Amino acid sequence: MTKKILEERITSNQKIAEGIFRMTIYSPEIAQNCTPGQFVNLYPRGRHTLLPRPISLCKIEDEHITLVYGVVGQGTQEFSEYTQGQELRVSTPQGNGFDIGPSLSEKMSKFTVKREGEVPTLGRSELEAGRQMTLVGGGLGVPSLVALAKALITQGHHIRVICGFRTEPYLIEEFEALGISLYVTTDSGDYGFKGTVMDYICAHPFASDYYYACGPKPMLRELAAYCREKQVPVQVSMEERMGCGYGACLGCVCNTQRGYKKVCSEGPVFLGEEVDWYA
Amino acid sequence: MLELRDKQDLRVTIAGITFSNPITTASGTFSAKESGYFYDLNELGAVITKGVSSHAWEGNKTPRIAETYGGMLNAVGLQNPGIDDFIANELPWLQKLDTKIIVNVAGKTPEDYYTVVEKLWHEKIDLLEINISCPNIKCGGIGFGTSPKMAAEITKEIKKRARQPIIMKLTPNVTDITEIAKAVEAEGADGVSLINTLLGMKIDVHTRKPALFNKTGGLSGPAIKPVAVRMVYQVRRSVGIPIIGLGGIMTGEDAAEFIMAGADAVSIGTAALLDPGAPIRIKKELIAYMERYHFNSIKEIRDGFIDL
Repeated sequence: MTKKILEERITSNQKIAEGIFRMTIYSPEIAQNCTPGQFVNLYPRGRHTLLPRPISLCKIEDEHITLVYGVVGQGTQEFSEYTQGQELRVSTPQGNGFDIGPSLSEKMSKFTVKREGEVPTLGRSELEAGRQMTLVGGGLGVPSLVALAKALITQGHHIRVICGFRTEPYLIEEFEALGISLYVTTDSGDYGFKGTVMDYICAHPFASDYYYACGPKPMLRELAAYCREKQVPVQVSMEERMGCGYGACLGCVCNTQRGYKKVCSEGPVFLGEEVDWYA
Repeated sequence: MLELRDKQDLRVTIAGITFSNPITTASGTFSAKESGYFYDLNELGAVITKGVSSHAWEGNKTPRIAETYGGMLNAVGLQNPGIDDFIANELPWLQKLDTKIIVNVAGKTPEDYYTVVEKLWHEKIDLLEINISCPNIKCGGIGFGTSPKMAAEITKEIKKRARQPIIMKLTPNVTDITEIAKAVEAEGADGVSLINTLLGMKIDVHTRKPALFNKTGGLSGPAIKPVAVRMVYQVRRSVGIPIIGLGGIMTGEDAAEFIMAGADAVSIGTAALLDPGAPIRIKKELIAYMERYHFNSIKEIRDGFIDL
């Protein structure tokens, strides 16, 4: 009995872009026991919207967590109407976050690909301090990179963030505050480079020792193929429609080289090489 | 709470097996490891496992889940590692618990079911729940549960091969569920559990595609509760064997409603997805309900139903 559903207080909930909200929750219990790339389940109050909404952690502070979410349906619409001081039902952190080096898990360090032409096994050396790390985000995949970038800086890495949006960027100031190299793309060209993050990466070749990514599946698939070609490891945070959000229902699965894995409890972060992109 | 509990006798007996209380976990919504992070599994009357088949089943492609008004559709497709893996890896874990174990058995052919029940012959488990009602697999499954003749035949054959009592899990996707219940009772079923999910569909009008990869899926949750209560009520009046009732139970009062309709025990499914500790909360609420109306046993709730 180590997981819980908590009733926590919202300290702010504001619109930061069209259809995009940033919510901060006071919760020492979550903030002190989570890692970048993990998510929490938010439970709508509405009796007709039954299922939890999994939202990734954007910022992790001493006693607060910040979540950035898009209003995409009735549940997230309800969250957007919550105000400061209100309480909401939120789970303790779920899933495995990004692997950021010193805590490199056994699972990942031992991972080997059995197909031809695979990238080298993800080794500890790639994650030693002072490496050039590239973080790639698309849309609502961008928020989880904020906490990740902050954690990687603490590890002494050089960080480059490339994030793509449809028309309107958000969280730019968060990355700028970290003093890292930031490249923004928009599909519409309204801001930054016109095109997708992959268009940008292909048009502006650069050297990178390691990649992390969160975003739509086609973006992750393209990036995984790119990293494979460059023989560079990439960790991808996968998204899937979830049921319980804690590993009981087998609703959200990702096809991997070793069969279906549960995105909520065995992911959401996988190695790019581990995912069977064309299944 | 202890004093309160002492006053009420929550025990129920299904096919000669006495559960400490009527709360069980609906197949497919429970994982001993993951659910066990949220509550003490020993508090359950029984655990009902995910469907186990003769060999590993991959399940359906995603999306497998779609939320609907007051309910949800699932088309997981009975993904499971197969009976050998289940016996080697999951069962030992369950056997350490102080609760009853009901293994849910799935199959596409009669032989699939036979293989599983035969491999469970020597295992220390209490009951078998035979799933002849899954709407999410192409052949078998629900096929056995929609005709009284086929349901009778598979019950008879499994009964011959199983050491443990068998509970047939019935589908609501039939014209008359009492015909199926009577057919399985006649061939020796020790109990029935109902209802499995209702076949449903959702179309996303924005993407203009089915919400599920499988196109159709099983509807569960509070949206289906009245259908489930009606069917438990009808089946109770058609057969004498025990009934495990399920379908949208969200509260202790919902559980009491199923018991009044005729259920001997209940299963908690979808409620555990939106409240991982739901089985235990519902148990506490059922105790509070009994306290309020001075019911001292589950039988008293059932007998308390005024069916004019």
